[in-house]
Amino acid sequence: MSKSNFTRRGLLKTSAVAGGATLAAPQFFSPSWADGHAGYLNAPQGDTVTLGFNVPQSGPYADEGADELRAYELAVEHLNGGGDAGMMNTFSSKALTGNGVLGKKVAYVTGDTQTKPDAARASAKSMIEKDGAVMITGGSSSGVAVAVQALCQEAGIIFMAGLTHSNDTTGKDKKANGFRHFFNSYMSGAALAPILGANYGKDRKAYHLTADYNWGYTTEEAVRTSTEAMGWETVAAVKTPLTQTDFSSYIAPVLQSGADVLVLNHYGGNMVNSLTNAVQFGLRDKQVNGKNFEIIVPLYSRLMAKGAGANVKGIFGSTNWHWSLTDEGSKAFVKSFGEKYGFPPSQAAHTCYVQTMLYADAAERAGTFNPCGIAEALEGFEFDGMGNGPTLYRAEDHQCFKDVLVVKGKENPTSEFDLLEIVEVTPAAQVTYDASIFGGELGTCNPGA
Amino acid sequence: MFGLSAKDTRLFFIVTGLVAFAPFLMNPFPTGSAMAQFNAGYPDLMQRFVIFGIFAIGFNLLFGLTGYLSFGHAAFLGAGSYAAVWMLKLLTINVIPAILISTVVAGAFALLIGFISLRRSGIYFSILTLAFAQMAFALAASVLTPITGGETGLQTALNDPRILDGIASSGGNIPAPALFGLEMRNSYVWNVSGWTFTFNAGYYLAGAFMIVAFYLSMRIFRSPFGLMLQAIKTNQTRLNYTGLNSRPYTLAVFVISGMYAGLAGGLMASMDPLAGAERMQWTASGEVVLMTILGGAGTLIGPVLGAGFIKYFENIFSKINSNVLHEWFAFMPDGMEDFIVTILYPFVGKGWHLTLGIMFMMVVIFLPGGLVEGGQRIANLFRRKKSQPSEADGAKTPAE
Amino acid sequence: MDAIILQILNGLDKGSAYALIALGLTLIFGTLGVVNFAHGALFMIGAFCAVTLQRILTLSHVVIDDTKKDFLGNPLKVEVPYIYDWFGQETGAAIIDWAVPLAIIFAIPVMIIIGMVMERGLIKHFYKRPHADQILVTFGLAIVLQEIIKAYYGANPIPAPAPEAFKGSYDFGALLGFDANTIIYPYWRLVYFAFAAVVIAAVFAFLQFTTFGMVVRAGMADRETVGLLGIDIDKRFTMMFGLAAAVAGLAGVMYTPINAPNYHMGMDFLVISFVVVVVGGMGSLPGAVLAGFVLGILESFASMREVIEFLPGINQVVIYLAAIIILLTRPRGLLGRKGVMED
Repeated sequence: MSKSNFTRRGLLKTSAVAGGATLAAPQFFSPSWADGHAGYLNAPQGDTVTLGFNVPQSGPYADEGADELRAYELAVEHLNGGGDAGMMNTFSSKALTGNGVLGKKVAYVTGDTQTKPDAARASAKSMIEKDGAVMITGGSSSGVAVAVQALCQEAGIIFMAGLTHSNDTTGKDKKANGFRHFFNSYMSGAALAPILGANYGKDRKAYHLTADYNWGYTTEEAVRTSTEAMGWETVAAVKTPLTQTDFSSYIAPVLQSGADVLVLNHYGGNMVNSLTNAVQFGLRDKQVNGKNFEIIVPLYSRLMAKGAGANVKGIFGSTNWHWSLTDEGSKAFVKSFGEKYGFPPSQAAHTCYVQTMLYADAAERAGTFNPCGIAEALEGFEFDGMGNGPTLYRAEDHQCFKDVLVVKGKENPTSEFDLLEIVEVTPAAQVTYDASIFGGELGTCNPGA
Repeated sequence: MFGLSAKDTRLFFIVTGLVAFAPFLMNPFPTGSAMAQFNAGYPDLMQRFVIFGIFAIGFNLLFGLTGYLSFGHAAFLGAGSYAAVWMLKLLTINVIPAILISTVVAGAFALLIGFISLRRSGIYFSILTLAFAQMAFALAASVLTPITGGETGLQTALNDPRILDGIASSGGNIPAPALFGLEMRNSYVWNVSGWTFTFNAGYYLAGAFMIVAFYLSMRIFRSPFGLMLQAIKTNQTRLNYTGLNSRPYTLAVFVISGMYAGLAGGLMASMDPLAGAERMQWTASGEVVLMTILGGAGTLIGPVLGAGFIKYFENIFSKINSNVLHEWFAFMPDGMEDFIVTILYPFVGKGWHLTLGIMFMMVVIFLPGGLVEGGQRIANLFRRKKSQPSEADGAKTPAE
Repeated sequence: MDAIILQILNGLDKGSAYALIALGLTLIFGTLGVVNFAHGALFMIGAFCAVTLQRILTLSHVVIDDTKKDFLGNPLKVEVPYIYDWFGQETGAAIIDWAVPLAIIFAIPVMIIIGMVMERGLIKHFYKRPHADQILVTFGLAIVLQEIIKAYYGANPIPAPAPEAFKGSYDFGALLGFDANTIIYPYWRLVYFAFAAVVIAAVFAFLQFTTFGMVVRAGMADRETVGLLGIDIDKRFTMMFGLAAAVAGLAGVMYTPINAPNYHMGMDFLVISFVVVVVGGMGSLPGAVLAGFVLGILESFASMREVIEFLPGINQVVIYLAAIIILLTRPRGLLGRKGVMED
């Protein structure tokens, strides 16, 4: 692994203004100016380029993190010409040839975000400062994504977000150096509403339970807006503490409220527990207002569905990608992942693999690892063959626009991975929104040196 | 010297030397070598060492001297961080106001919580502080989102007012915290025949604060006030029987300790302008308790060692993945290599918690006085070789 | 009215979980004077006893089904539990369905052994050490235990459902003359409440009415004197540790259908159970149980929509707020004794 030296933007200024006095460098000091010539931070030295895979390895999302890491390792293998090249064969851009990126072999370092913004930033910083990583990617929560994205902007390297679903990541908190392939709360709401309307009718009364933090707020708002637009009424929206494990006291009053749909704006452990509790209360066997009581989970993942077990059966939600998709890209990815690890990839694995490929491809097309060059190559980039149909990396907010999957918990799973069935592939046009509605400023790209 | 005994002066100079030369000491391995994985001499981790050192020194003033075990000390660190980030947002990107205000805010917060919690002692005190900190955490992460940024954390933004700076956010990038123009993230990199040493402005600022904090804690330990606090620890009932009200003393040291935590929080925000609610969670409070006990509660240098120990594991061991292990043992025959990697893998990377837990148990079982006792034993070993009578080192004897 | 009855039910149910865990914690503290931060881990291991039994019962051999395809397009490998072969599919499925209740039988000896090994191997050496050292070593142990579980079972929650017979919920509303569906409560949670009541009663009866219990109670009051009377109190304390571990473990086993177990569920309960013990009063068994129910009911009421709208965020802090108020008005918790852990 190459350990490149790094300097900071402003180093020259420091040396000139304060360096003489405070850092009193003796004559034999020989600072390296190599990066200065390259014009950006952590320019790869020698014949390798180092990427930083920053995923949760401890804490509740450790399994999701482990799956992300598998995808990254697979992506690196494919980039370096190993394996069956996976989605590189189906990717519409043919810039990648399997001899690394820009002729440099891809190396990587890993770190543990612990799903805490502080720890995630510490880990990312060590990758930037110690290992000379030129790009950071990964993560399994929006809090972490926003925090690490801001860090990468300040430091001057590219951040390719992993699993992060909050509108804020490419909305209020968007950054010029940050890019997200995963979909967001708004898209979930927009994709779900028509399906819910078609299946459950347009005169439903919804009761929301919302995890009391940023992602919960944006998801509740998205689902409310889109369901109310088609005629649903929101009876109540109750915030639940993020650290809650037993949701009984929040679920018990639902039936009394006269609601006939329960929306669980929860993710991860929260979602597994609240859904389990709701099913335990027998809500789905009840009739309210002459209709069957229904439960909705706006954001699904296969790993969570596994945790909730039989409770997911028949419950609608949305997801970024699912291994049962039959387009060429998905098939190629499932095949190479499945053959290497023995089970199908999760949506987290998919988005991380795709993000790595997109980064590598952008570097190849830009002819440099300079963040500003890569950002330029990614902005407005249209591609296909990565599992979600034709996709656009929108220049205004660095968000991908692609098809969104509406899924339902499968009634008769044939294996422990076969838990969700695809109900509808909502076309990208239906979930596209104006880039300005969430506010925030991209700023300008920062190359760091 | 500086009002310290000869022995304390020596310890003080040792600590100052360690802080000053940390960029060398933390990077003992050449950059390209396999052992470079264990190098800790990069700015972020060195900053964390000294900042958590300050936090633990402050905690030890309370716990080591009086025996009052606060289980909510992270609340003051968190309050300090929020105060500092708000200063960076509203006032100026210069870190001096941020650090000062964070210390003051944390001190005021500590005064309030201490005034109530110190009505009880023992575990009842611990649970009261825990309850306050957990409330602060829960509220900061949810209903106080407009002030705290919620779970995502409070950050600086392009359109912050920064009323003292005038020229705001030129070039589309958020200005970095700086000390009169010297950005905290500026580093001077020195490459010398394979080794790389990084001298970071932020680290040296935080290091200077830690040296001052360490000096003050020494003075407090050795002062009549410190003796009074130790008397409280030894036998509070007897002290009360002498007609002395111990509450003002405990409250004073609680506030001082809270201000240390606030200073640490302010420095953290100055190095990296982000303040998150999880800094106040009980796990963060528990961490400083562990740092102090692990290093040696009641000793001067112990908490700093404990802080370094835990942060080292968190940042270095968590980054060793199977790929790295395979690289290390690549010289072995294939079967042997796989075998060794399989054995070691559960203890590194995603298993770093396991190693940390085992280390906690080992230290507390075999070194009841913490890491300081380990150091003493080694020192005694050398002294005995020189056939000198092993004397109890006043500075290092755990004040159990 | 119906909303209030519902939240009282909820509170009793939550409280029974808190009380069970706090009871074990207090047993260890009261008898041995040890602050056991690994108690949450024992609760978690109890839950994983249920998961382990489920795994054992579903040990399978592979049958290839050519009519179906797996995700790679190969013939689907269907796993058939051995238990189907031995008892027939129907009986086999019924046994697997009842895995959680069966796990009680499995968990009791396992937990007693774990508890006794822990006491003999580790805790014993810490009786005379400061509480801070006890906290550090048991916290270290808790991390080690949960990391071992994580390494083996992963970090994701693992569903361990209740038997089919206990699915759904009971309609109290109809019983009390309210409209149907206004007061419903899941069967399994009712089972949990009843189970907790039985375990708590059994522990009290055991301490109150057996010679063994009498000696232990005497030992709690004055360990040295009991020793001077020629009674081997150490041996009994070891057994008490085993008992406390079994109580925590059973609380965990029965909890699995309520929330799918994961490796850090012990840590989630650790802080709250300490608050419960202290609010109840250090060293008081009835205090721990009482505090468990009080805090459980308060937490349930604070999570009502009407309350949250009136006091935003109260559901986040109610337990801690209650703890502060109780400790300020009653210096030693609800039923605490003077001088226990006050220095």
